[in-house]
Amino acid sequence: MNILKIKEKIILILIAAVIPIFAVAVWQVTSNEGLVNKSILPGPDKIIEAFRKMIQKGTYKKHILASLGRVLKGFLIGSSAGLIIGISAGLFKRVNQVLAAVIGMLRPVPPIACIPFLILWLGIDEESKVAVIVIGSFWPVLLNTMHGIKSTEPKFLEVARVFEKNKLKILLKIIIPSAAPAIFTGLRLGISSAWTCVVTAEMIASSMGVGYLISYGRELAQPDTLFVGIISIGIIGLVIDSIVLKLQKVLLYWVALE
Amino acid sequence: MILQLKNIKRVFSINQSKLEVLRDISLDVKTGEIISIVGASGCGKSTLLKIISGLDTATAGEVYVDNKKIVKPSQKEVGIIFQEPRLFPWSTVEKNIEFGISAKLPKIKKKRIIEEHINLVGLNGFEKALPSQLSGGMQQRVSIARTLINRPKVLLLDEPFGALDAFTRINMQQEVLKIWQFEKTTMILVTHDIDEAIYLGDRVVVMSSKPGVIKKIIPVELPRPRDRTDGDFAYLRKKVYSEFFENQKVSSEYYI
Repeated sequence: MNILKIKEKIILILIAAVIPIFAVAVWQVTSNEGLVNKSILPGPDKIIEAFRKMIQKGTYKKHILASLGRVLKGFLIGSSAGLIIGISAGLFKRVNQVLAAVIGMLRPVPPIACIPFLILWLGIDEESKVAVIVIGSFWPVLLNTMHGIKSTEPKFLEVARVFEKNKLKILLKIIIPSAAPAIFTGLRLGISSAWTCVVTAEMIASSMGVGYLISYGRELAQPDTLFVGIISIGIIGLVIDSIVLKLQKVLLYWVALE
Repeated sequence: MILQLKNIKRVFSINQSKLEVLRDISLDVKTGEIISIVGASGCGKSTLLKIISGLDTATAGEVYVDNKKIVKPSQKEVGIIFQEPRLFPWSTVEKNIEFGISAKLPKIKKKRIIEEHINLVGLNGFEKALPSQLSGGMQQRVSIARTLINRPKVLLLDEPFGALDAFTRINMQQEVLKIWQFEKTTMILVTHDIDEAIYLGDRVVVMSSKPGVIKKIIPVELPRPRDRTDGDFAYLRKKVYSEFFENQKVSSEYYI
């Protein structure tokens, strides 16, 4: 039984790897044959070489940690704000009414459009970058939390009334667990938005981070550095998402069973 | 009299037009009695239960439980079991039952009474199971345990076995009788299953609709355990059926 499961998992991973492996192989062959200009698109071997050098010099770690640190800070602030405001708007009609117009107007503004203003306002240092991430992760968490809270099963609320539970008990035992799947979706979208925002912010004005690495590679005509940056974004995004999914399986144990 | 309904009237306002759902419902229920309420859907029987439980308020009339007027839900007086088990999918059987406890109790005592009630509904071994891992009948047992844990003076059952298959339903009816023998809880059972009404009830209240009024109260004076295949049982069944379908004989187009 267990061996079968492992076997199945290996097969699944292999299937998922078919396209990437094929793409890299084609890329390498075309590069070797000189079919593409190496100064524009270096082959995988060159990129791995650049990657190795950066790790050896310690610059890779520095850039990655800089970006991750910003994402963590911004996401923590943004998602907490989204959670708190989302829960209060979901619970209290008045809060929802007060916020409706503001939310409707601000939500369509892409966080990236705020970067110039944030730089003017908060300076070119860390604060402005973290602020972009805060905005980027705030919206998905807010909207999904509000939606989750509002869609609490009314029949469960009736049960709470029959058992004469107070507001706090209802919030903790019924409303929050009901909303948890939606909140989790919000957090997942929020973290991926945070990751997008950090790269953009770093490309516009920074001296460190993955986004900086990419714009640096472009300015110095080092396409291999540039590609190291792009591939890192993809891989880190994948890692973050799979961590969140694992977490979701553990925290929302009842959803998988339903 | 443990439960008294006095001239209950309920009018719903729908888009400024008034709809009278219940009219002049009066009923006295003795302690330990089981009352079955049968009626076509839309006769307001569920609304009546909601009023008795305090979830809904009557337009006129009063509900008294143990001489105390019911104005809002009070689980010490009235417990209600819904058609759907309404268990929290994120909580184990134990935790779902624990949700029913209203009094502040020490942990050990809580654990003990939860265990007692799991035994009462015959779910030993399923303490840590989630509702989705249980069958429909088992889920309803958990729901019953959750309500019984407060020892309500009156237990309301709103078509509690309507969603279950025939065998499970009969099984659950016996289960309810077993609990009744232990606890002698006063019960009001709303059902559309006439056999169920006669099998469980001391009296069967037949309601007619638009507006919902008590049409007839049929006493069931059969000794328990009752035999569904018994002649007296069949006679009562016929009696209830005839009350039920009396009006429809007029509309002859149904009988082609």
